[in-house]
Amino acid sequence: MSGGVEIPVVVSDIEQATPTVRRFRLTAASGQPLPHFAAGSHVVVMMESGERIIRNAYSLVDRAEDGSSYSIGVLKTRDSRGGSRFMHERVEVGSRLKISMPVNLFPVFAPGRRHLLVAGGIGVTPIYAMADELKRQGADYEIHYAVRDEAHGAFVGELRERHGDRLTLYRSDLSEVLAVREILPGQPFGTHLYVCGPQGMIDAVLEGGREAGWPKEHLHSEHFQAPPSGDPFSARLAKAGITCEVRSDQSLLEALEEAGVDAPFLCRGGACGQCEVAVVDADGELVHNDHYLSEDERSSGRKIMLCVSRLKGRELVLDL
Amino acid sequence: MITTSTFDSRPAYGGLSLDERAKSHLVVAEGDGASAVLDAFEDAPPSLARTTLLYAGPDGMAVRLAILGAAEFRRTSGRLDLMNRLDEVFATSKMGARLYVAGTESFIGEVIAKAATYGVVPQSVIAEQRGSLARRVQCVHCKHVDEEVTATPYACGGCGQSLFVRDHFSRRHAAFQGVRVDAEVPGEIPAAEELVQ
Amino acid sequence: MTLHFKKETFRDDYTFSNSPEAIRRFPFPFEKDEYMYSVNIEQHMPGPQKSAFEFPIDIDEHYVAEMEDRAKVLAQDPGRCQSLPHMITAEWDLLELLMESMSKHYPEHFQLTRDGDDWRWVNKPLGVDQRFVFGDVSTLPYPPMEYITRQCQGDFALLDQRLDNLWMDAGVITAQADWSLDFDIGMNFMEWHAPVPLAKDMGIFERALKFLMNLQQGRPVRRLNWTMTINPRLDTSPENYDKWGVERTTVTPENVGNKVHLRVELQAMWRLPRSNAIVFSIRAYMIKMEELVTVPKWGRRFHRVLRDVKPELAEYKGLTRYRQMTVDWLSKHDDGAPTSPGFAPD
Repeated sequence: MSGGVEIPVVVSDIEQATPTVRRFRLTAASGQPLPHFAAGSHVVVMMESGERIIRNAYSLVDRAEDGSSYSIGVLKTRDSRGGSRFMHERVEVGSRLKISMPVNLFPVFAPGRRHLLVAGGIGVTPIYAMADELKRQGADYEIHYAVRDEAHGAFVGELRERHGDRLTLYRSDLSEVLAVREILPGQPFGTHLYVCGPQGMIDAVLEGGREAGWPKEHLHSEHFQAPPSGDPFSARLAKAGITCEVRSDQSLLEALEEAGVDAPFLCRGGACGQCEVAVVDADGELVHNDHYLSEDERSSGRKIMLCVSRLKGRELVLDL
Repeated sequence: MITTSTFDSRPAYGGLSLDERAKSHLVVAEGDGASAVLDAFEDAPPSLARTTLLYAGPDGMAVRLAILGAAEFRRTSGRLDLMNRLDEVFATSKMGARLYVAGTESFIGEVIAKAATYGVVPQSVIAEQRGSLARRVQCVHCKHVDEEVTATPYACGGCGQSLFVRDHFSRRHAAFQGVRVDAEVPGEIPAAEELVQ
Repeated sequence: MTLHFKKETFRDDYTFSNSPEAIRRFPFPFEKDEYMYSVNIEQHMPGPQKSAFEFPIDIDEHYVAEMEDRAKVLAQDPGRCQSLPHMITAEWDLLELLMESMSKHYPEHFQLTRDGDDWRWVNKPLGVDQRFVFGDVSTLPYPPMEYITRQCQGDFALLDQRLDNLWMDAGVITAQADWSLDFDIGMNFMEWHAPVPLAKDMGIFERALKFLMNLQQGRPVRRLNWTMTINPRLDTSPENYDKWGVERTTVTPENVGNKVHLRVELQAMWRLPRSNAIVFSIRAYMIKMEELVTVPKWGRRFHRVLRDVKPELAEYKGLTRYRQMTVDWLSKHDDGAPTSPGFAPD
């Protein structure tokens, strides 16, 4: 079982939200309404780049009132696999893409008494949807959003319009720092915090939360990451009898897909556990980059997550 | 004392240990739970300066808790009064406070259930079971709740039927489930077995 | 598909029975001559025509009578339908799922018209014509989950997903096999399965939970579970066990064929869109032994399964008092011939 249902979409609008972020409006090619999604969800966007298909996960920003479209925000980066570059350079209005069904690995803790949404840079995309949902529910929430400057803050105007005083912006050009220790004190008992942004920011916020005495169960983060690059290696599938080479700029999962293997996946970010595969043999050292396996499972050397983890060595033999 | 869970719906409580990073401590105890509080907090004067302590229980223990040196100590007249006070405390407390509970299983369950209505994640509550190992049981038929059930089967205080105490625990009710033992052959009631040693 | 709805009862005089067509489409749960737990989850894809799996939500000849039985249960015990406050979005999701599925597959009986959030729901078998505003609780006579499940066969539980677990935070449970929603509401996946013997040690629930946490929209799954019931009683709740338990002792060698029922639960699970909750539907099908053995393969196989089932399981499922009598009765319908693989009649 691989990623499941694929929905053909047409790019109906592209907005240059900031110098480096574009918002793409994806309209269902069928004319049928797209499924509703729960705030915090992402879709995997499939881009046909010549012979290969690039698959990148993007958080959903919103869904048109009539269900005809979703929007996603894409930061232009030099990601080694080229998904972001493809979206910025090759995709135009009218381009056809495919997306997966929405998957939510970053849910709002519904029984929470109050919600603190913390975003850094492009991490604002799921936070945007969560804020909308909390507003709709009449829940109590605050948004804290760190940007380089006003021009580099995607969706700042919209967020301010929708959420007014609930939004606090931190501009690094004005030396404004989103300091966790300043926003955490005084929050009512039963408050939950959600953070999405660069890994360094997530780590700092989570640590700041613990430092402020918050239980870890009240601190939520989007562990979403692009597959890290690394040294090339060979992957052999013991059951299928296939061997393929994993280039340094692609993930193990991507290499298997390129070799025509219908491997399981869901989030492609090391969070969901769907692509867990048993390791038969490894000539080298497993490099685990996921947020899913336990310490024991990692040290056993018996399991690997195809989407983000790799081998530092010669050959990896998988039970596939 | 650490209780071990023999089945998955009954929470295992790890025992009171101080969360050093908490900015303040909300400590709630009933009856023999006081001794767990004394064990955990007696040697922690700096933490006590940031501690609110609520207690329902006998004079002797209340006195020992009162002189422990918590920033705030309140003794309530009983569990109901304590639960009402707890609403005030939860309503005005801030994040950074850690909740601790010590007492019987039903007391712990009731406090955690109340905290959950304020958005607190039950797993974040630090708890220790002390005192009677008797069970609080909800009759599945008439929904009456009996406290201090020490044997199975026992007679329901609501409908009078003989109830077998199932090893199935609900945090929300802070109770085990009681089911009529002789429903299939009325009158065929096995000898009672002790639930606690 | 036009259905003819039977007038029958699931209590007191127990007039419930299956038509020959209903017997043929019974979701017989054993594909082999033996039974043990497994993670027997499969995609909830459309099955063969006229089978219980043909449509995502199966409506059959017992529909009207089952809805009458549910109304009676809810009148006596409103606690069978409960929902924690944060589940309201999931309730609306459920209402949409059921109305869409029922109206799409049984258009002669159910019709849904949507104009933005202004919806009109017509349920001909139950004589309902309701206009309401989707998302506005005040426009329906009941909260959305209760409203639609009073009109849909099967029990339903809504599971919220948070903190790497599933939490049973809402449900309508009136035809259960011995578990209490009122007691279990608010429990997580591991907690509400705690009373099930054996499976826990086999790691079944860990694997099932991992699987369900990744359940995707548009990819529902299903599994079959089974137990047995004396008399065709839907409400075998623990709440009323003090009333129906005694029926387990009324089985005699003469009445096995009529009194003893195999009860199969078709459990289907969907990821809901707005709430990210999972709906867990439990649709019960019952068939008396006399009806079961009209399919020779099923008679043979069920005899072997019941004869060899592990004692712990028999105890948990409450079969102990009448198992041997039923095995003896079924043995007359088992000539020892081999059975073909798979569930279907030969």
